[in-house]
Amino acid sequence: MKQARHTLLTALSGLLLLGASAHSQADSVIRIGLGADPDMLDPHLARTYYGRFVFAAMCDRLVDVDQNLKVVPGLVTDWAWSDDGKTLTMNLRSGVTFHDGEKFDAQAVKFNIERAQTLPGSLRKSEISSIESVEVSGPMQVKFHLKNPDAALLSQLTDRAGAMLAPEAAKKPDFAAHPVCSGPYQFDSRVQQDRIVLKRYDNYWNKGAYHFDKVIFLPIPDASVRLANLRAGDLDLTEGVAASDVKTVEADSKLALAKVTGLGYQGITFNINNGKVDANSPLKDARVREAFSLAIDRDALNQVAFEGLYTPANQAFSPVSAYHVKTPIAPRDVEKAKALLKAAGVTTPLNLTLLVSNNPTAQQVGQVIQAMVGEAGFNLNLQMSEFATLLDRQQRGDYQLSLSGWSGRPDPDGSIYSFINSKGTLNDGRYSNAQVDEWLNAARLTNDQAQRQALYTQVVNQLQSDMPIAYLYFEPRIFGMSKKLQGFKAWPDGLVRLAGVSLAQ
Amino acid sequence: MLELIVKRLLLAIPTLLLVSIMVFALQKLLPGDPVLAMAGEERDPAVIAQLRAEYHLDDPIPAQYFAWMGNALTGDLGMSLRTKEPVTALIASKLPVTLELSLLAMIIALVIGISMGIIAAVRKDSWVDHTTNFVALSGISVPHFWLGILLILLFSVHLQWLPASGFVPVSEDVAQNLKTLLLPALVLGTGLAATLMRHTRASMIAVLKADYIRTARAKGLLAKKVVLKHALRNALMPIVTLTTLLFGELLGGAVLTEQVFTLPGFGKMIVDAVFNRDYAVVQGVVLVVAMGFLLLNLLADVLYLIINPKMRG
Repeated sequence: MKQARHTLLTALSGLLLLGASAHSQADSVIRIGLGADPDMLDPHLARTYYGRFVFAAMCDRLVDVDQNLKVVPGLVTDWAWSDDGKTLTMNLRSGVTFHDGEKFDAQAVKFNIERAQTLPGSLRKSEISSIESVEVSGPMQVKFHLKNPDAALLSQLTDRAGAMLAPEAAKKPDFAAHPVCSGPYQFDSRVQQDRIVLKRYDNYWNKGAYHFDKVIFLPIPDASVRLANLRAGDLDLTEGVAASDVKTVEADSKLALAKVTGLGYQGITFNINNGKVDANSPLKDARVREAFSLAIDRDALNQVAFEGLYTPANQAFSPVSAYHVKTPIAPRDVEKAKALLKAAGVTTPLNLTLLVSNNPTAQQVGQVIQAMVGEAGFNLNLQMSEFATLLDRQQRGDYQLSLSGWSGRPDPDGSIYSFINSKGTLNDGRYSNAQVDEWLNAARLTNDQAQRQALYTQVVNQLQSDMPIAYLYFEPRIFGMSKKLQGFKAWPDGLVRLAGVSLAQ
Repeated sequence: MLELIVKRLLLAIPTLLLVSIMVFALQKLLPGDPVLAMAGEERDPAVIAQLRAEYHLDDPIPAQYFAWMGNALTGDLGMSLRTKEPVTALIASKLPVTLELSLLAMIIALVIGISMGIIAAVRKDSWVDHTTNFVALSGISVPHFWLGILLILLFSVHLQWLPASGFVPVSEDVAQNLKTLLLPALVLGTGLAATLMRHTRASMIAVLKADYIRTARAKGLLAKKVVLKHALRNALMPIVTLTTLLFGELLGGAVLTEQVFTLPGFGKMIVDAVFNRDYAVVQGVVLVVAMGFLLLNLLADVLYLIINPKMRG
């Protein structure tokens, strides 16, 4: 009882202390809202999109991308390909140290690439599987010897596979809890599901470009709560503003928006031949799939579900990519859809079930599509499923149609190969076309952009009628921020880059 | 009394065992593969197979269970599949947040609930009674997350008095700690306050009608003394039991409240673990919660005996 009375008194005196200002910060701090808590803070083991935000501030990569997704120097100042495309020589930036004081050099690069290739549980293995060996060709020069030419390799090195960890620290088993890299900010502390705090690294080679003493990442899953935090001044910047909240941000005189079309897409995957698909499944007929796609008005979908803020799609390459194919999106054509169904010998209404994850946005998209394709003769049932279950069923082939997406990669290969190639690991519909496989493989083997563009154009055009996936829209990256935040720009890869960003007092 | 406690603690063992088996079995029935959920976008089959082996998810289920249970008996609840943190440490770091939140919520609930209940009972059928009844009914009916968002909009967005989220541990800054917990505790407390108010009112009304109260009044004791000393002590009996049971309910409410206010507590951990199919965390949490419930029930019985010596056999 005494204890309780004591607690009560503490509580009451605490209440009296509640002053007018809830926000006072001594250091210059930026608080960034994230849609979910990252998983392991080890770039070689990390799986989530959200972890990449933290790595972007903490771990420099060998190379980076600019705002147009062009590969630019990072920890590497310049690089050159051998004529056969099988050797990549990279010269390293000098004067770089890791957060624990270790020196960054060719040995460190070799260590990191080999760690990414051999560490148990490494998720980077497949991304850099083309590397056969790393040669230390000088104190500040490395040569990657490849098994085969790999046009996507440089792009892979702009992300986690190219992040450089301090070798001594990375040998310890609890590295993920105490990550040590060479970026502008170093790891300070983490409270699971609450915050990740980074602090300025004083010996950073490009220190002048970074203006915060501390960077705090706050995972807040609910978009409206995230917005409330931004409006309350508890966040300075947040990613993942919902389309339906854009008006609220615009109406708030203290807030600003930054928006860019991203690399990620959503689409409907047709189960052509995965799992127990009936031999007579109408979805085996490309005409049925094309009819389904033709029945969807992507512009209307964008207006209804996303306030017109998204970008309608008919391919895997977003307009921000240099590989975007400028082929017009086929306009909605119900009559043609009906004719295609008739030609395919389908009796309407054709009953189909669409797997949709159980979040409000996806449900709304599902309902709009249900209404649209209904007019063309599809009787579409929606089956709501929690996301982990949806992925599971899609992978096992326990579905007919599934609404899902991909966050996109700067290199086109990362956005299409695994999904469309017959041997692709994410080809959940088991689409197979030998000609398309050939084009995709050829595009992997050349570093010539014009040649690759030509190959991907052929792929995209072929997919318009093969229709293994009915691409629906590209997702924009929408950031909300305090007007005091200066110098922030949204990048198509969705990551937050803090160089040149500051907060006015 | 000691005998009772020991007996109850021994009885708890088979209950916990049963709970652990059920949790284990139910999880295996859940659709969705934990490794797929963890792998997220990076669904490389080779990696998935490797992860599955690493976490022994390919072993027969009874073998998985016994391995887990054996470790659990030594206090090792395994590693989080998602972050590779020891589950025991994870729970130990989350529990204080939720306990503090629950305690604050309970204090708010008790202060508001019991005082309103007494007032309503004393002024039975007056406008005061009707108003408190109305308020209580609203308190029970309003969903936590909705009230939470409303309070954030009012106190954080418009008035800017309190932070909308973020948690500061007591050890760091007491005032800031209370600031971050006040709104969630209020949300969590209102629902309970309503329940407590209605029970206190009913209980008090019954007691106030009793003969000994009439006697006390006839003796000329002050009305205040009659109500607060004689009546309340007896009326509180059922409230004590109710309070300990409500404490369990509080943990359930904390799930949503912590989600809205993004407090790094137990509730938020459960939600995240279920969505990520982080079996190790879910199992550990359920086991600890079950243990908590058993202890609370025991506590209720002991408190009962303390308040009412007549029950001591």
